[in-house]
Amino acid sequence: MSHWIIAPVLLPAIIAGLLVLSMRHHLGLQRVFSLGGAGVLVAIAMGLAAQAASGAVGVYELGGWPAPFGIVLVLDRLSALMVLLTTVLAVAVLLYAIGANWDARGAHFHALYHFQLMGILGAFLTGDLFNLFVFFEVLLIASYGLVIHAGGARRMRAGVQYVVYNLLGSTLFLFALGTLYGVTGTLNMADMAERVAAIPTEDTALLRVGAVLLLSVFAVKAAILPLHFWLPETYAAAPAPVAALFAIMTKVGAYAILRVDTLIFGPDVTATAGILSGLLLFTALITLAVGMIGILGADGLGRLAAFATVGSVGTLLAGLALFTPETTVAALYYTIHSTLAGALLFLVVDMVRERRGAAGDALVSAPPIAAGGMIAALWFGAAIATAGMPPLSGFVGKLLILDAVRGDDWMWLIWTVVLASSLLAILGLAQAGSQIFWKTTEPAQVAGDAPAEAPPPLALPAVAAFTLIGAIVGLTVFAAPVVAYLEATAGQLYDPSDYIAAVLGPEAPEIPPAPDGTGEGAPTASAAPQDEGGA
Amino acid sequence: MELLVAIAIGVMTAAGIYLVLRQRTFPAILGVALLSYAVNVFLFTSGRLALDMPPVLVGDEYATGTYADPLPQALVLTAIVISFGMTAVVVLMALGAYLSSRTDRSDIGGEAESEARP
Repeated sequence: MSHWIIAPVLLPAIIAGLLVLSMRHHLGLQRVFSLGGAGVLVAIAMGLAAQAASGAVGVYELGGWPAPFGIVLVLDRLSALMVLLTTVLAVAVLLYAIGANWDARGAHFHALYHFQLMGILGAFLTGDLFNLFVFFEVLLIASYGLVIHAGGARRMRAGVQYVVYNLLGSTLFLFALGTLYGVTGTLNMADMAERVAAIPTEDTALLRVGAVLLLSVFAVKAAILPLHFWLPETYAAAPAPVAALFAIMTKVGAYAILRVDTLIFGPDVTATAGILSGLLLFTALITLAVGMIGILGADGLGRLAAFATVGSVGTLLAGLALFTPETTVAALYYTIHSTLAGALLFLVVDMVRERRGAAGDALVSAPPIAAGGMIAALWFGAAIATAGMPPLSGFVGKLLILDAVRGDDWMWLIWTVVLASSLLAILGLAQAGSQIFWKTTEPAQVAGDAPAEAPPPLALPAVAAFTLIGAIVGLTVFAAPVVAYLEATAGQLYDPSDYIAAVLGPEAPEIPPAPDGTGEGAPTASAAPQDEGGA
Repeated sequence: MELLVAIAIGVMTAAGIYLVLRQRTFPAILGVALLSYAVNVFLFTSGRLALDMPPVLVGDEYATGTYADPLPQALVLTAIVISFGMTAVVVLMALGAYLSSRTDRSDIGGEAESEARP
């Protein structure tokens, strides 16, 4: 049993604790430790990805308790991929936060940032549904602090909306877990997969309720219409590095949908087959349309970037919703791309906002900004990536999705929506870019108060932005190996027997027949550890 | 017994949802608190309702089925702690939002903004 699987959860927790306890007054030290920790996380994530690439499913039993009774962390190709993506994004965004001085505008930025990472990485690694809930709460409570970082009335009010919305989501999650536990008597995902498959079809009414409840919880996290209302205002009001890190948050929801609906409620489970993908496909397409219309209609760059996030989630879920290996490969490729592109867009928007003074990110004419040429070039790159135009990986991702849905009954609808919404996105992004960078007023107008605010430093933020662009270019150039890895990932996802065998042990665990009266599956949870102890 | 618990959960959930849909943050926070009570009781019932039975197995409780499922109790404990912490956070944030913008309305934009201006 490799102990490295717990490292992506443990390391940020230790670093966050250290940051808040022993160096809360030393911003310089905080930066060194925070960035160093994020760098080590990338190295660990690479190691884990190399380990998972062989196809072996790594299992870490917390506290040494065997699988259905204790909590397990599971490392397969999908979770390794998401962990690696998160850590790479985290380093780039952290560079930006340090370079643009965002971490100095309020207390405990770095500590909250690492707690947030701990929650996200834990959510990707866990193999237990209740543990997934706990990691969701960890990442949410850290995000509550990050959203209102640096304060301000607008941020506070957007933060309250965000918190209340997510508290409702958490409540719904608990209702879903209670229902599923009542039906199956377990919370371990692999164990639940086996029991769901064994439930006779006529007894599955509650199971279906639980499955749909769970899907709606993840839909809240992924911001799928009509549960997306928390996202645009929150992301537009949040500090830029936080919004950029949140690019991975909606993907946590998408990941959870993919994990649960391939492992537990897979395409072979007759009780839930059809309900989930049917619900998901149409909501995803509407989400995509609304996101791209939002890009066209946004009155500020912040909202524009937020709606781009909504649209990207719609695109990847439209790919996911058919639940075939080919569409999953395409959706996963688009997930990697849209996370990087979404973060890049938020960072570029912030560069513009920081330099426009009173005009902020509003789409109105204002004096030209300092270092406008390079920022405009970055905007151009981010816009191409977001809209999915060649030569960057957004184009490859959309092409993969369009290709994967060929032959499906709904192909005409998916093609129409994806292509038309891409056009809308191009229009919106081009319009916003030309408004910001070309339709400027005379610079002489503000010459009087120009010395008062020196332009913020650009060196480190530019490094961060170019890291992300480099990653996107790398994703484009190495599309073939990436797709090969994703094909192996999808193969693993749609044949969960390896996963279940790795978690529950080679031989199927003996489930004693349920006694009459209380509990059906539940007794095993308390009975078996005793047997272990006695043996 | 089952009926009573079910009615209690239903009433608390309905009241919670009604309060959350109000447009001011204070009722919304009360509503979230009520919802978390409802879900905690609901989690209890997911392990079946068992009266006067021990959650710990010492003798032949497993064979006779005379024990209470201990797992939901652990889940509820976790859920209570988390919802308690979350409620504290949202109260603080709501207070901060009220003090900085002088309005308790939870929607952003439109009349709330004009109402807020001194």
